[in-house]
Amino acid sequence: MIVADQKPIEEILEILAPYKRVLFLGCQSCVAVCMAGGEKEVGLLAAAVRLARAKSGAPIEIAEGAAKRQCDDEFNEPFGPVIQQQEAVLSLACGVGVNKLAERFAIPILPALNTRFFGKVERQGIWKEVCAGCGDCILHLTGGICPIARCAKNLLNGPCGGVRADGTCEVKRDWPCAWVQIIQRLEELGQLERLLSTRMAAKDWSSDRHGGPRRRVREDMLLEA
Amino acid sequence: MESNLQRALEAKRFAITAECGPPKSADRKVIEEKAQLLKDWVDSVNVTDNQTAVTRMSSLAACTILKSLNLDPVFQLTCRDRNRIALQSDILGAHALGIRNILCLTGDHHSAGNHPQAKGVFDLDSVHLIETVRKMRDEGLFLSGDKLEGERPMVFIGAVENPFALPYEFRALRLKKKIEAGAQFIQTQIVYNIARFREFMARAGDLGLLDRVYILAGVSPIKTPGAAKYMRDNVPGMDVPNEIVARMESAGKGLEDKKARAQAWRQEGIRICVEIVQQLREIQGVAGVHIMAIEWEEAVPEIVTQAGLKAP
Repeated sequence: MIVADQKPIEEILEILAPYKRVLFLGCQSCVAVCMAGGEKEVGLLAAAVRLARAKSGAPIEIAEGAAKRQCDDEFNEPFGPVIQQQEAVLSLACGVGVNKLAERFAIPILPALNTRFFGKVERQGIWKEVCAGCGDCILHLTGGICPIARCAKNLLNGPCGGVRADGTCEVKRDWPCAWVQIIQRLEELGQLERLLSTRMAAKDWSSDRHGGPRRRVREDMLLEA
Repeated sequence: MESNLQRALEAKRFAITAECGPPKSADRKVIEEKAQLLKDWVDSVNVTDNQTAVTRMSSLAACTILKSLNLDPVFQLTCRDRNRIALQSDILGAHALGIRNILCLTGDHHSAGNHPQAKGVFDLDSVHLIETVRKMRDEGLFLSGDKLEGERPMVFIGAVENPFALPYEFRALRLKKKIEAGAQFIQTQIVYNIARFREFMARAGDLGLLDRVYILAGVSPIKTPGAAKYMRDNVPGMDVPNEIVARMESAGKGLEDKKARAQAWRQEGIRICVEIVQQLREIQGVAGVHIMAIEWEEAVPEIVTQAGLKAP
């Protein structure tokens, strides 16, 4: 899922300062699951902002809502009439949702979240980045553990010399070295020999963001313009 | 052959390299002074590339200054700050400036340096970089397969390996990957744990690597007991046995005078380093030592003479 954090309340108040009538629009997909921007967070944030603004003598009128998926027009459309009556929308979706609303509606769309990464739930309350969306997956070679996302230097021929004595990364103390994990995993799978006998070639980053902004086209799905 | 280091190693002389860290300034005198301290004692001098990710004078510039003073620089080149375009451009430039040794590293992560806000590059890793230099030199090709036009970078290719980082049994295998990629000499992490280093060398011997590469063992004199403890407890990938910390601590015991105590510590630090060098010389496959006397270049002549590597 896409993992996000809510911005600090001070920053949200600053972003909202010019506006008196705002829709707080959550998203019920990834950011609801990671407890940053679902329906519940919309309610909590709206209450906090109302209180802070009333206290500062600049009250704000907040409408609340949550789209099923803000990255899809279809689910945002029902909020059209409410949006028309606002000065701005504070989106509690990931950055995709903010962009999506901004191309559809002619009023300022403001981000309430910092979109972080593609992550997995480590345990209750902890999410970890495990995929970097590089566009050229090599997980079949690395035992299902991604060195691009999980190694700080995205080494393809690791591990580097900075592995700590407890097997953690030199960059993040509580982060297990991805390459130590890859070696262990391949050993368990009986596939370590393959890793030892080959050097992994330099990565072609053109399928990553480094090739410029990306888009995906499925010719067979296109409808006549 | 223009690499002094390569010449020494191929003549089977026990090679000595040292380290010159560029200054956090634009002052060439710092390099000139370090060159003066080192020049009669070593075969080559490594110039670090923004070591520990702290911004300093460029390694290539400092190498050029050393070259102009008739030293044989080892250009340390990391993948942290340069993509493959910049790396290959610097490899070409290094040769054009007369630099004949390149040490290929991935580099320390920038999060621990003085610009943790920086965007890290890490386009290639150290193994890719080794392969890139080899391909440019031996095949006249860039990494992409595009052809070099004209003179090729004729450099002696170096790499590093750390026998003291997990997983220990994998380290000699990783060394093998680097050799197969094109590494001709290796400078290791600083050795304090001789037993662990012997195991690494034995494993490299089992893999048949010792005839295929020159291994220079890293050594470094310790200045204070605090430094020894810091390296033991806080530097990932360093293995400083308690026995060495204890020796440093007992060296200063009973000395009230601060100057005398510091002097005693330094002497002990050099003594330990000399003993390690002497033990390393006995290990099969050790072709030389790389002395990292960081901001303490004056220690190099002492270590070299006390270890009997050169007459004073």
